[in-house]
Amino acid sequence: MALLRPGIDATRHRRMQLWRERFIEFALRSSALFAVVGLLLIIVFVFREAAPVLFDRETQREASVPGFFATPLWQPVGDVPKYGIVPLLVGTFKVVVVAMVFATPLAVLAALFSSEFASPRVREAIKPVIEILAGIPSVVMGFFALMVLASWLQQWTGSTIRLNAVNAGIALGLGVIPTIYTVAEDALRAVPRSYREASLGLGATPWQTAWHVALPAASAGVGAAVLLGLARAVGETMIVLMASGNAAIISGDPFDSVRTLSASIAAELAEVVVGSPHYSVLFFLGALLFTITFIINVAAGVFVERLRKRLAGA
Amino acid sequence: MTVEMTDARPSLVTRPAVPPRTGEPKPAAPAGVPRLAARELQLHYGAHHALKGVTLQIPSNSVTAIIGPSGCGKSTLLRSFNRMNDLIPGVRVEGAIEVSGRSVLAPGTDVVELRRRVGMVFQRPNPFPKSIFENVAFGLRMLGLDDRGELGARVEDSLRRAALWDEVKDRLDRSAMQLSGGQQQRLCIARCLAVEPEVILMDEPASALDPTATARIEELILDLKGRYTLVVVTHNMQQAARISDHTAFMLQGVLVEFDDTRRVFTSPSQKLTEDYITGRFG
Repeated sequence: MALLRPGIDATRHRRMQLWRERFIEFALRSSALFAVVGLLLIIVFVFREAAPVLFDRETQREASVPGFFATPLWQPVGDVPKYGIVPLLVGTFKVVVVAMVFATPLAVLAALFSSEFASPRVREAIKPVIEILAGIPSVVMGFFALMVLASWLQQWTGSTIRLNAVNAGIALGLGVIPTIYTVAEDALRAVPRSYREASLGLGATPWQTAWHVALPAASAGVGAAVLLGLARAVGETMIVLMASGNAAIISGDPFDSVRTLSASIAAELAEVVVGSPHYSVLFFLGALLFTITFIINVAAGVFVERLRKRLAGA
Repeated sequence: MTVEMTDARPSLVTRPAVPPRTGEPKPAAPAGVPRLAARELQLHYGAHHALKGVTLQIPSNSVTAIIGPSGCGKSTLLRSFNRMNDLIPGVRVEGAIEVSGRSVLAPGTDVVELRRRVGMVFQRPNPFPKSIFENVAFGLRMLGLDDRGELGARVEDSLRRAALWDEVKDRLDRSAMQLSGGQQQRLCIARCLAVEPEVILMDEPASALDPTATARIEELILDLKGRYTLVVVTHNMQQAARISDHTAFMLQGVLVEFDDTRRVFTSPSQKLTEDYITGRFG
């Protein structure tokens, strides 16, 4: 400002600058508003399209909430359509459990290693590599599970059904690991160094310090990491669509094919008649998924807040 | 898999024995052997030369104060005795450090056992976000002590030695974070005493506390004197004069003077020491 070129009127320059500032602020504000309003409208749209299941008599004759649980069959395109969502719930549950059982220990232990044991150089190498895993398009992950992982698993386990909940769950777990790892690692790194010094200073081993001091101190953040991973796993579509076999079966066997809520929407929505009961039901499943992930995300937020308070010494 | 006892890396499987409650005073190092000794100790943080050939011997069961202006290397020297500087990347150490006559820089040194025997209290009270009981029991649990009764007895004993028992005996299961700063610092001392160390290193233990809490910490140090070997870093010269038997004065990584506290404060042999304690700089 002090270096005004000669010949330019200072007040005019100042006024121009003020207008530019105002314009930039307006543009930023509009962008933020646009993003929020867009998201809200999508949510409103999903719930509106799902509403006939709850409020429209005509639709309810074919598909209603009690009806979802009255039949064990998901056959939306038969002569008599059957909208039993129990097999979809069971399928989603099975795949997500496999994914979390596979991903949680791996991701948390990897986070412990890179925050507590790895030298700065090693850590700087590990973190991006795991985060690249998050950048692999899920369709590629699904393709890998469909073509490669399924064959390996079939060889190892001798399962008769090639595409099953374990296959989809492991692929899904691979997709979820970066989420859990990144958030858990940040939580562990936020644990004050003074805790580690206190523990090591008392003659605890590095492993004891990591397991009994750092991990409990970061437990809320690690819990949030697992919840965020869970939310991703519940909503993830492409991997399960490709790797799960897509058979809507109620069974406890993890080596049976499964169909998930998300995969049903992806597979069926393109061929459905707009406004039909089937259409409303699929949106209802979408609203259900949204509600589940929303609740999980809120819970994760609560956990993070609790961690922050605990580390602040409340 | 067999584990060699000389392995420098602590095994995850075998644990060192829980130290017996030897009580007090801690047995002195053998005659003629100082509890702590540094010889020609050189320490570099990357390009920074933090300790420039420090040599001193600290006798058993006494209180030694290390004084000097900020950045003179007094904390670094303190943290050398339990190898806490190892945690800082890029540290290089030369020379010798001995605890009870045994070198602690030698390859194969069990650093975990060293840190149990040479305990540490930090500048800012740093209790774990656990209960008061679990804070004190932590070190013992890590050594493999699980017996409830024995743990309870040792926790009470440690809290009594740290003059904290009466204040917390009714709320042992409450979070340590709810204690006041001074109580937290005494809890950290109790936690340290619980694993039966011979030496306690204190890094400006009262600098984050108010005058009343400071007085209580000083009382505690005087109370522990003669039973443990205490080394206290402080920037407070009156405090050094009140609590210590010996005083080391450091300046820019060099040990300028090390002598009886009374002599250091009344007739120092070095001009620099006199200038510092009379407030001409620092």
